Order: sequence, then structure tokens, then C-alpha cells
Amino acid sequence: MEYSAPPFFKRGPTPLVRLLVCTLLSCTLLVSDVHFRYLESVRQVVSVFLYPLQQLPGATASLFGRIGGFFVTQSALRTENAQLAERSLQDSALLQRYRSLEAENAHLRELVTARERFRESTVVAEVLYTGRDPFSRKVIIDKGQQHGVAAGQPVIDQLGVIGQVTRIYPWLSEVTLISDAEQSVPVQNLRNGLRAVLGGAGDDTQLELKFIPLNADFQNGDRLVTSGIDGVYPAGLPVATVSNVERDAGHLFARITCKPLAGIVNHRQVLVINWQNTAPAAPAAEAPPAPKKSRGGR
Amino acid sequence: MQPRAAAPHEILLPVKPAFIAATLFAALLINLLPWSGWLLAIKPDFVALAVLYWCIQEPRKVGFSTAFLLGLVMDVADGSLMGQHALAYSVLAFAGIVLHRRVRRFTMRSQVAQVIPLLLLNDLIVLALRMLAGAKFPGFIYFAGSFAGGALWPLVFLLFKLPQRPTSDPDHV
Repeated sequence: MEYSAPPFFKRGPTPLVRLLVCTLLSCTLLVSDVHFRYLESVRQVVSVFLYPLQQLPGATASLFGRIGGFFVTQSALRTENAQLAERSLQDSALLQRYRSLEAENAHLRELVTARERFRESTVVAEVLYTGRDPFSRKVIIDKGQQHGVAAGQPVIDQLGVIGQVTRIYPWLSEVTLISDAEQSVPVQNLRNGLRAVLGGAGDDTQLELKFIPLNADFQNGDRLVTSGIDGVYPAGLPVATVSNVERDAGHLFARITCKPLAGIVNHRQVLVINWQNTAPAAPAAEAPPAPKKSRGGR
Repeated sequence: MQPRAAAPHEILLPVKPAFIAATLFAALLINLLPWSGWLLAIKPDFVALAVLYWCIQEPRKVGFSTAFLLGLVMDVADGSLMGQHALAYSVLAFAGIVLHRRVRRFTMRSQVAQVIPLLLLNDLIVLALRMLAGAKFPGFIYFAGSFAGGALWPLVFLLFKLPQRPTSDPDHV
């Protein structure tokens, strides 16, 4: 006595059951991603298949750009050429000064037998697009694992620090901007050497100095550079200028907002710095063996 | 111009599965375009729009598995939390499948009025998940995409229906 529905009526589980299954599955994924970071390999695999799709619009655009490039007028090229020649002249003067300073600096360092703080090699990358996730400030650049980019490396443009590589894919990587709410950069005030932590506010135009006492000496226009004590950013990279200082006696900390120096929203070419922090990371643990080795060498 | 969306007397050709796949793929590609600036701020989620359309029009062909997988792909592409879009699209598919008979009967304007809350629900789920995970509220501009999606609904409707319209006039034999 088995009556089963004819095949036409068989539609599997009801929508509610299916929804529950999907909800459970995605909740599992969410929890394992947020708390355990199990899914990075899955991400890598899917991203390999997504890569051509992500490159497709850019490739078509560059094709159109190249076609459009044939129709650039000669006058436009001439003016651009003149401008570039002028700029290169200015730059070469600066470059010469920079070279002499670098030589002088190296000489001084040798004199005081200070070791070089970091040996750097850089990767020039191009920003492909801004991250679409509205909850974070990220950009995607066109260099990845295959080009020697690693997670944690700082990213700069010609004006200053942009952010840090936070996730790498084979041919792309994701850079979290310094304006991201969860990103912070240890900085130093160039005027008086005060150290502080600069955090993002989730807004591209301003950054915040965190936990600064009311009486700390920060003024409008102060330039902040990386202090380098975190071992992530090399010391001395320009980051931001102080734009507003609010000291309210009702609060425990001063409210200091800063403007990023780098064009964190309008850059196109960026530089990923691959540097080894040759300074001892933890002085207490690493300082004793270092002198022994050098003595043994001599 | 009063596009009767329902037009119950109109007999359409059956939809080809390849066309459904092509539209979903196209929606994914549009989502993957390098959007930036204010366009990014008001960009509707095209994949959500396409999933909702097909769940309403063809609930037996497009359902939870498609929505879930597309959600995972979007999660990877956006670099967001794994599963947030998957969950949101699944709920969207559920809403589309449950409401498909109802939505299809309405005129275009009333359909838009029903699609916008569904897209807002999609956004709200993502927002709730991200705020649970510790993100800040990104401001009310976050919901602009849903309204833009609602505004695009008539266009989506027209485009996606095109291949189903009979090529020759049935009255003219």
C-alpha cells in the first residue's frame, strides 16, 4: 500500500527547509571565516577562477584606450612633452641632492658602524579597483604572490604611506588602506619626536590619533611619519599631517584628526616595499647572541 | 507609457537555461567591473537583481543552489566575509520563490515597490552580519544601491524577457 506522488509533483524539500539548510551552511562558513580563518585556501582557489573575469573589463578598457591613443593630437603630445621635460629637470636637481644626501648618510652610518636599518626591494603595482565591500577601505593591486608580494608588506605612493597588504592571491593582492577603521600605523611627530598610533576612521579623508593625552604637544600642521617600532612599516615614511586638534576637558583624550598625505583614494601606481627588518625585533631575546657572532667572525 | 508587466494573455516562449546562465554570468561580470567613487556608492547589486528576477520568473529553474553559489563567488570577489552574500542571496531566493505568483501579477510600478523592500532585506542581512562581526555602520548611503536596483527593475524585466517574445506575430498567420 505505497502511494507516492507522481514524479510531476515531486519538488524536493519545501523552500523553507532549503532556506534553513542554506542559512546553516552560510552561518558555518561565516563562523569559520571570522573566528578560525579556515577558508583562505578556498578563497585562493575560487580567486584563481575569478581572475580572468576580473581582468576582462580592464583588458577591454585598455584596448579602447590604445585605440584612442592613435588619435591623440600632436599639439597635446608636444605640450605634454614640454611639461615632462620641465618636470624631469626639476626632479633631476632634487635627485642629485638626494643622491648626495644618501651618500653622505651612508658614510655617516659607516662611521658610527650603525647597521642599515632595512634592505628594501620594491614592487611597482597598479591599483586595479577599489574594494566593493562598503564596510572596509581596501584596494586591489595587480601584483600578487607570483611577483613576490607577501601579506603584511607596507604599500606607499610617491607622497606617503597608503596601507598594508592584508591578503594575497596568486596574481592580485588586497591592500587595506590606512583609513580603514581596523588599521593603525605607529607614527612619530616630525617636529618633536612624540610617538603615537594613527588609526583610520573608516573615512577616506581623515585619520585619528588615538589615546593622546590632553596636554600632549600636537599642533595643526604637524607632519607625522612612521616610527618603525612595529617592524611592519620602515621608519621615516610620511603618513599624515595634523589637521585639527580638539582638547575637551570633559574627555580623557584629545581628539586629533589628521589628513593622509598620500593620495589614498586617487593613486594609480603604488609601491609595495619588501623589506627585511634587520634591526633586532625583540632586544631582550636577540641582543645577547648578536655580539657573540660578530666577535666569532673576527 | 504604461507597461503592463503581467500581461497574462501574452504567451511567451519557454526560457532557455543557457540564457539564464548567460544573464547571471553577465550580472556577475558587471558586479566585477572596477566601480569607484559615487558610482560605487549607488551601485545596485546586479547579481542580487538577476537572482531575484529569475526566482520570481522561473522558480523551478533558479533557486537556492544557484543563489548560494553565486553568493560565495561574490564573497571571494569582494574579499568580504565568506558566506555573507551566500546567506543574503539565499534569503532573497526564498523571498522570490515564495512571492513569485504574487509579484508577477502586478503592474511594473507595483512590482518595483515590492522589489525594493526585498533588495533592502538583502542589504540588511549583510549589514547585520558585518556589524555582528565588528564593523561600523557605513552610513545610510549604503542602502542607495537597493533603490537604484529597484529603479533598474523595469529595464531588467524588458531585457530578460526579450528572447522569450515570439518572433513572428501570432495573429498574422
